[in-house]
Amino acid sequence: MNGAQDMGGVHGFGPVEPEPNEPVFHAGWEKRAFALTLAMAMPGQWNIDMSRFARENRDPGEYLSMSYYQIWFAALETMLKERDLVSDDETVAGHALREPKPVARILSPGAVAQVLYRGGPTERETNTTPAFKPGDHVRAKNINPRTHTRLPRYVRGHAGTIERVIGFHVFPDSNAQGAGENPQWLYTVCFDGRELWGADGDPTLTVSVDAWEPYLVPA
Amino acid sequence: MTGHDHHHDHSELTETQLRVRALETVLTEKGYVDPAALDLLIETYEKKVGPRNGARVVAKAWADPAYRARLVKDATSAIAELGYAGRQGEHIVALENTPNRHNMVVCTLCSCYPWPVLGLPPVWYKSAPYRSRAVSDPRGVLKDFGITLPAGTEIRVWDSTSENRYLVIPMRPAGTEGWIEERLAELVTRDSMIGTGLPKQP
Repeated sequence: MNGAQDMGGVHGFGPVEPEPNEPVFHAGWEKRAFALTLAMAMPGQWNIDMSRFARENRDPGEYLSMSYYQIWFAALETMLKERDLVSDDETVAGHALREPKPVARILSPGAVAQVLYRGGPTERETNTTPAFKPGDHVRAKNINPRTHTRLPRYVRGHAGTIERVIGFHVFPDSNAQGAGENPQWLYTVCFDGRELWGADGDPTLTVSVDAWEPYLVPA
Repeated sequence: MTGHDHHHDHSELTETQLRVRALETVLTEKGYVDPAALDLLIETYEKKVGPRNGARVVAKAWADPAYRARLVKDATSAIAELGYAGRQGEHIVALENTPNRHNMVVCTLCSCYPWPVLGLPPVWYKSAPYRSRAVSDPRGVLKDFGITLPAGTEIRVWDSTSENRYLVIPMRPAGTEGWIEERLAELVTRDSMIGTGLPKQP
């Protein structure tokens, strides 16, 4: 979706402000919101692409006024509600008011280390061959789906070069909609800074994105 | 999502705090989460997983050419040799800085970051100023970090739009010949592995 999350090239946000000796979390609730989000991935009621969409799918003004973990938490609330795992009256009451929906599994303390170490690899087996090879000239499609995509606006319509075939990976645009993993070939695609930003762009700049095959056409 | 996140007024923070607490209670009562598992998740990313992991990887790459070659070829497995793997680091690529090329990593769409080697991202990495400008004005961003690169240095910005995660291997500082890995690792800063900083000088 063309939301506030797609920030590449936007002006007016001011300087980057690194915080010396920054703590990992800035408040106790951030720790709990972070951990709840990770733990609630375990019951398998959604996938990472659905989570990302739940975070970005909001009014741009609201998105920009929320802190990072506020966005995470709001997305968690949304997904829990959408799947009837928690209802509004329960969050208001601060207590469970009805029987839990059965879920396949939950994250037990004994499984934490192993679950984190395993992660969630997204590369899949295939007997297909990639349409592009390193050095090929491609163009990023001009697409504007209202649903989740990982093709940022600032490269859409622009010409670039395939640098590397990364592998055959889960396609977020499908996965986020519950339409299956629909894996696709994934590439590192390089764009000249002046192709993206015009004649005033930094001549020493090259930007790459990781782009799935459905995002690209030959150029 | 700006760099001024911590200036939210107090009542708003309190409301968020109450909502998070309420939801944790509901989820716990329903049996969807075990609070002891939550404690362990927090402890893992506060105490165990952080940029010291990545510094060890970089220092080893500086000291051991065979390791460096494995790291550049297949970073995920080379990093796993040191015991670091998993969530948000399932597919890692190592990016070598050279005298002619400087690499910088961003996620313009959210906050993708190689957790097993760098831990959780700092606020600035997730902020609008960094996400908006890293791809269009990386030299300006570097200036915000007090860094000026030679005018002719090629800048390569990697927008982390897939589940690939990127780790910059900065150049080894001069004057460190013969140093052991542990000592070299002290020079490797978090920002030097994102590409918004340089290693400390000996």
